[in-house]
Amino acid sequence: MELIFEKSVEGRRGFLNPCLDVDVKASIPSHLKRAKDCQFPQVSELDVVRHFTNLSKMNYSVDANFYPLGSCTMKYNPRFTESIACMKGFTDVHPLLPQLKKGELLTQGSLEVLYEMDRLLCEITAMDSFTMQPLAGAHGELTGLMMMAAYHKAKGNNKKYIIVPDSSHGTNPATAAIAGYEIISINSDKTGVMDIEELKSKLSDEVAGLMLTCPNTHGIFNSDIKKISEMIHAVDGLMYYDGANLNAVLGRCRPGDIGFDVMHVNLHKTFATPHGGGGPGSGPVGVNKKLIPFLPISRVIKNSSGKYELDYDYPESIGYVASFYGNFSIILRAYAYILYLGKQGLIETSNNAVLNANYLKERLKERFELAYDRICMHESVFSASRQVENGVHATDIAKFLIDKGCHPPTIYFPLTVKEAIMIEPTETESKKAMDEFVDAMFEADDLSRKNPKEFADLPKTTPVSRPDEVKAARELNANYFAE
Amino acid sequence: MEIVEHLMYTKDHEWVLVEDGIATIGITDYAQSSLGDITFIELPSVGDEAEQFGEIVSVESVKAASDVFSPISGRVVEINTELETDPALINRSPYEKGWLAKIEIADKEELSNLMTAEEYENFLDSVG
Amino acid sequence: MFSYIANTKKEQEEMLAVIGVDSIEELFSDIKPEHSPKSFNLPKGKSEFEVVEYFRKLALKNSSELIPFIGGGYYDHYVPSVVSSLMSRGEFFTAYTPYQPECSQGTLQALYEYQSAICTMTNMEISNASLYDGGTALYEAAMMAFRITKRKKILIDGGVSPIFKKILKTYTSNLDFEFNETEVVHGTADRKKMYALLDKDTAAVIVQNPNFFGAIDDYTDIVEKAHAAGALVIESVYPISLGLLKTPGEMDVDIVTGEGQSLGLSLNFGGPYLGFMATKKKYARKMPGRIVGQTTDKNGKRCFVNTLQAREQHIRREKATSNICTNVALCALQSIIYMSVIGKNGFKELAQLNLDKAEFAKSVIDKIEGVEVKRSSPTFNEFTVHLPVDASIVVERMIGRGFAAGFPLGRYYKGMEKYMIIVVTEKRTKEEILNYAKALEEVLKVKN
Repeated sequence: MELIFEKSVEGRRGFLNPCLDVDVKASIPSHLKRAKDCQFPQVSELDVVRHFTNLSKMNYSVDANFYPLGSCTMKYNPRFTESIACMKGFTDVHPLLPQLKKGELLTQGSLEVLYEMDRLLCEITAMDSFTMQPLAGAHGELTGLMMMAAYHKAKGNNKKYIIVPDSSHGTNPATAAIAGYEIISINSDKTGVMDIEELKSKLSDEVAGLMLTCPNTHGIFNSDIKKISEMIHAVDGLMYYDGANLNAVLGRCRPGDIGFDVMHVNLHKTFATPHGGGGPGSGPVGVNKKLIPFLPISRVIKNSSGKYELDYDYPESIGYVASFYGNFSIILRAYAYILYLGKQGLIETSNNAVLNANYLKERLKERFELAYDRICMHESVFSASRQVENGVHATDIAKFLIDKGCHPPTIYFPLTVKEAIMIEPTETESKKAMDEFVDAMFEADDLSRKNPKEFADLPKTTPVSRPDEVKAARELNANYFAE
Repeated sequence: MEIVEHLMYTKDHEWVLVEDGIATIGITDYAQSSLGDITFIELPSVGDEAEQFGEIVSVESVKAASDVFSPISGRVVEINTELETDPALINRSPYEKGWLAKIEIADKEELSNLMTAEEYENFLDSVG
Repeated sequence: MFSYIANTKKEQEEMLAVIGVDSIEELFSDIKPEHSPKSFNLPKGKSEFEVVEYFRKLALKNSSELIPFIGGGYYDHYVPSVVSSLMSRGEFFTAYTPYQPECSQGTLQALYEYQSAICTMTNMEISNASLYDGGTALYEAAMMAFRITKRKKILIDGGVSPIFKKILKTYTSNLDFEFNETEVVHGTADRKKMYALLDKDTAAVIVQNPNFFGAIDDYTDIVEKAHAAGALVIESVYPISLGLLKTPGEMDVDIVTGEGQSLGLSLNFGGPYLGFMATKKKYARKMPGRIVGQTTDKNGKRCFVNTLQAREQHIRREKATSNICTNVALCALQSIIYMSVIGKNGFKELAQLNLDKAEFAKSVIDKIEGVEVKRSSPTFNEFTVHLPVDASIVVERMIGRGFAAGFPLGRYYKGMEKYMIIVVTEKRTKEEILNYAKALEEVLKVKN
């Protein structure tokens, strides 16, 4: 499809600005003006509508396709939360308003959302206080790590290392490094959880903490989690809970109850806010009492007269981690989702996320190598190792699934499983949708044995076939206007 | 996998050719083939000090990034600038046109920490 | 109680039978009693109607009727209806990061177009596919400068947003980096002080255009001096101003960042917003965030992919250029739709319109007794005024008259309690501006 710039016609207009109603024609000194015109396209409004409508049709999405992308929790995004997020009373509020004198009185609605969401998340996770500022999961990790660093600094602890398991999300070690720590990686044992003996051998007084998802990226809940947290706490380390997989344990287990000190929640996963083609996300961070002094500012408090206000007076705070109070309209959607589902709805959510994942796992394991053959939580990890024997790799199976109208699972992650295929159906998918997926997977397996060469030409039904990624990287072209 | 007789090797799949106190370094055929199509190489600058087994070059393919470790300590005296425009040279000719850098050897004794071609071949067999 | 679960009781039982367990409880057997929640005291679920009603009432507790003359980096611009109507298409809204390019060409092409638009807007060579917001983008730019130069010091002009400066401070407090700030003189960058501090340890100089006080500048001279010292220059820009102003590319700036909220996003009480970043091609591999590149498929057809992924956390883990995973693709989409519909000529006119209206407001406000519009530097659509009394009190009183009058500088600058910044966008009518001036005049007459 043509680029929007290629549809440009000199002189064509798509929009009329408001009229100039003042009698001023101002100018700025010429040395401050741009010499080269900005080449935004010259197109009509219909050109724009048609262009982006047609582009949208080239995407697979939860709205149109089964989307079992492991570790990403691609559940249905309820529409009523959109109508709430679009209410003018929320969209038009300037973020600096509550920072004016008495300005908080003009934003009581929005401040209440932030305050009440904090209370709800505390109850869901057994943390003592949340900051809503982090703008995505990885941003939450960084916020958490900086608070951990501030905690150790305040106590005069000399800490150098963050421990992560080898199955962790890439963001965990990347975050720890950016926060100034070195990484100790611990291998998984044969049951798919962190090797506790190895942990013991690598633990020292210089360990600042451990970052862990629980259940982990193999979809397994670590029954030794309390023992692990005792070991970490024994060296005054802190336990960081990566909330990426919280969708598995709502009402079943709360991170704060099992020894975690700090955590983030990915609202775009567990609490059904849209993934938007890669963000915006939202990653509120919760802490227990140990870390409350270090939470970012501002904080939303309720004063003695029952009004909400911003409070900046926390001398030990790590400071500002975002410009304002977080991705407000995402937090708003998640808050609405929690109120709608309520306690029982959230429990049912996890129940069915786990039921669906186990069902898929049981059905698929007949044909595909299951990395860890045991009960799983919200997701399970397979390997394409049996198909590889016929020269068919995880990526080939993914392309086959695209032709079946299904978004492929996560592949080649976690790194601990060769040729990994990581499947997370989520609770909102029906048995029928999953059965169709199983049929497609079995067909892929059939084809891998009958005619493995055919995979190289897949997918065939999409607007483009397999892209040349080597060319993309070697002959970098990321800008239409580049000379 | 091609292994060249007169070179020395490391466990991280680098090779080194020693001539007149200058070490020419590169990555082995095994390394280039497991990395796949190489898309970019970040070379050191002439004058940089390399440390034996310290990171010296970073090599990228589409789905991986790997550090290359210097087989020997010393000062970088020349780099293969052709790789900047044609990184695929490493894939096509890992032992000749795809060399990475030349290093003025600081300590000849360090050569004893490296493997001969035969030892490297056995090492490759052992890692499967 | 409702939770969007499709399966009926009967289907659930069929599934349990396939798994070979009797109940859902059994699936949670790895979670031992010792892991059980000590409480899970949440409210009962509600109907959709009840929830929507609750939020309708909550929204009324915000005041959205104030006429905004407040900016500070976040602006009330008109967003054409077509923007939200297109970006809310489920095919964009409910997709994720384009890991599978064949079934994500919609998002990928839109992001390529977004990157190209950011490049032509700033006259830079390469842009990434977005970062969280303007403040965190500036932090990422500083980290990028440290990586490129391997130096440890940053010089920051006092005209950079105080909010951004606080963010920079937070992120680097645990790292071995040094920040030196030079205060503005006559509202713009103090070259003399800056050059005195510029040395061989300086990784970058950070400037902003227009600066927080509204002044516009040409930083070409600073760029030359910085480059001579082997340092980079990072410029934070306000997109709409680039319809008129000299671009970072024209000044030979190395890294450009900015808050993209004004490119078609609502104010939304602080987010989600859009951080953008562009740089020179030679620094592409040091740039954080996703980058979409053009290539061809096996039939030679043009297509788009995430490229240079080897920089990113999912491959390089602790050696990645940044820890960013999710960015703000949907906001980038929103802005490319906005930039497309505004178009080349509309963009230029929009900038001129903002300038004209702001100049009109300046002339009107300047006539009020005791109020002085600072005119030491030219401005775009935001400017600084000096008031005879504490600005925060004036702003408070103006709220009572239906105006968000501006942002009092005393909030972030000691000694500037009598100053505030005022913005006038294309949405402010002549009538609103005149009423504003009248209200301000009256408010200043009120005795304490």
